[in-house]
Amino acid sequence: MKELRLMKGNEAISEAAIRAGVDGYFGYPITPQSEVLEYLMLEKPEERTGMVVLQAESEIAAINMVYAGAGAGKMVMTSSSSPGISLKQEGITYIAGAELPCMILNVVRGGPGLGTIQPAQSDYFQAVKGGGHGDYKLIVLAPASVQEMYDFVELSFDLAFKYRNPVMILSDGAIGQMMEKVEIGEQKVRLTDAQVKEKCPWATTGKDANRERNIITSLDLDSNKQELFNQKLQAKYKEVEANEVRYEEMETEDAEYIFVAYGTSARICQKSIELARAKGIKVGLLRPITLFPFPSKRLMELSKQVKGMLSVEMSAGQMIEDVKLAVECNIPVEHFGRMGGIIPSPGEVVEALEQKFL
Amino acid sequence: MAEKITNNDIVQEENLVYKKTDLLTDKSLSYCPGCGHGTAHRLVMEVIEELNAQEETIGIAPVGCSVLAYEFMDIDMQQAAHGRAPALATAIKRLYPEKYVFTYQGDGDLAAIGTAETIHACNRGENITIIFVNNGIYGMTGGQMAPTTLPGMKSSTSPYGRDVETMGSPLKMTELVAQLPGTYFVSRQAVHTPSAVRKAKKAIKKAFENQKLKKGLSFVEIVSNCNSGWKMTPNQSNKWMVDNMFPYYPLGDIKVPEE
Amino acid sequence: MAKVKGSIVVDIEKCKGCEVCMPACPQDVIRLAEEVNGKGYHYAHMANPDACIGCANCAIVCPDGVITVYRKKVDA
Repeated sequence: MKELRLMKGNEAISEAAIRAGVDGYFGYPITPQSEVLEYLMLEKPEERTGMVVLQAESEIAAINMVYAGAGAGKMVMTSSSSPGISLKQEGITYIAGAELPCMILNVVRGGPGLGTIQPAQSDYFQAVKGGGHGDYKLIVLAPASVQEMYDFVELSFDLAFKYRNPVMILSDGAIGQMMEKVEIGEQKVRLTDAQVKEKCPWATTGKDANRERNIITSLDLDSNKQELFNQKLQAKYKEVEANEVRYEEMETEDAEYIFVAYGTSARICQKSIELARAKGIKVGLLRPITLFPFPSKRLMELSKQVKGMLSVEMSAGQMIEDVKLAVECNIPVEHFGRMGGIIPSPGEVVEALEQKFL
Repeated sequence: MAEKITNNDIVQEENLVYKKTDLLTDKSLSYCPGCGHGTAHRLVMEVIEELNAQEETIGIAPVGCSVLAYEFMDIDMQQAAHGRAPALATAIKRLYPEKYVFTYQGDGDLAAIGTAETIHACNRGENITIIFVNNGIYGMTGGQMAPTTLPGMKSSTSPYGRDVETMGSPLKMTELVAQLPGTYFVSRQAVHTPSAVRKAKKAIKKAFENQKLKKGLSFVEIVSNCNSGWKMTPNQSNKWMVDNMFPYYPLGDIKVPEE
Repeated sequence: MAKVKGSIVVDIEKCKGCEVCMPACPQDVIRLAEEVNGKGYHYAHMANPDACIGCANCAIVCPDGVITVYRKKVDA
């Protein structure tokens, strides 16, 4: 019998983390994601699984705790919302530079600056283009439901450890706060220290006589070596692009137009498809599930079938750049979005489609 | 009358009194000639060797002159972003409560950019050891003013001397953290003379042994020289340190656990 | 009467000639060599070896850990 619960997206993340056998969560309160830490504190995961949960003094401290835990081979994560994620960028680039696995949840709110506490998708560039300094990439997952918030926790760690790369779940204030039915998975047992040592022979688990010391660092003062390292990173990202693209399509078979939207915007577009099709407009949806790697190949294929694409984002238009790059000017690509914490209505999206293409 | 003893007679394994610990790698230290960092590194490694804890210790290197500490210490280590070492140590200790975990930080790292991480790790009473090397200057970047630079002291960013009116007074982090309930043992030492080194080692050893008691954070400041930054010879800098740094940063235990 | 005789071995290539060992020596044994090592440093050596008592003071203040110390009891 499957266990079903009605949960907030933020709570689903926390329950999923406990059940996935995550070893440590380090966070700092910020709206609209504080339920992640609150739920964990309430659940006493140190009793349920031995998971460490710590409220840090800042987002900066929290991400550096994640860096250390990851460097020591443990499954560790943090969560925050946009302004806090900006603070975490220093730690994230170190994590990418030291090739460490971890999960970072961003429950995006409107910006720039302190912005608003309402949902937005204006951190797309920050998430998929690096965010901090240096040539690096995160693997970015974009959940569109509370169930996906739950499911992507384990997926994040699978990908993070497979590629030794930080993974970001790029959610938003709507998915974090809304309640939906969630199917809960089995409780997994946390790895023992001995299992961690075996799984992560590179980690700082204590130097025993059988191996050289392990060093976690992103520093190499020798530019030749640093370039080689960068090439290795780029090769890894190519491998990720080749193997890990995930997306979902709706009603694309006969579509003449395509909405490209992720997360909350994709949910809205589902309704927009209904409205548009009722008017006789053949429109479908491509929902990227991974924002990096981006489903460019599929968009290219679709560009040979459809007349235009509308990138629907709760931003001034960020993902549209990747859509345009993907279709290489085969067809017109337009943007529709609302900003500052406003969620567009399905009708507005259809109007935009009509205005721009019909 | 015995035969005259030759140097070769003395230099024999059975007569060995002192040699560099094997827990320091054979790599040449990247520090300037005469810099106290090397001695401080050695003491930490000697203590870990005496505790037989190579396998049980994880160290955190900072940003600053000792950024490459992991090149010299033959233990598992992580290199932290500037100032964040206590956050790293916190996480590792929480995830591996039975390991020895320490940070090794300079004064720019610990007392400027890492003030929040330092104070909060101390305040939470993390069962870690912080080794704080204070030479009153940013050495790595070329001798800029640090929070610990003395009043009137010249540096490349206080070329006319530190003016406390506009640049503030030197920050006594060690006295500050001693006020926090989370610190268990707080001491200030130096490594410029044999007796100072012996005392410093005792303090460092205690600071590591304390981790097993799980009673809070142990914090050892080592007031040290920066002959390059101070623009002196090593021995001149040690004398200057005694005459100028010690009055402001007096040596000795600041917080000792009640027996 | 037994007396001790000491000796030090300096890792010449790693010595940076900082002179910190010199004031630490109670017997005034150590001087910098006229010669330089591969890095161009005048390295520490025993200028007055007979006076060394193997107290290890030089080694414990040596920032680079380049001094190894030996000590032997000898008959006077």
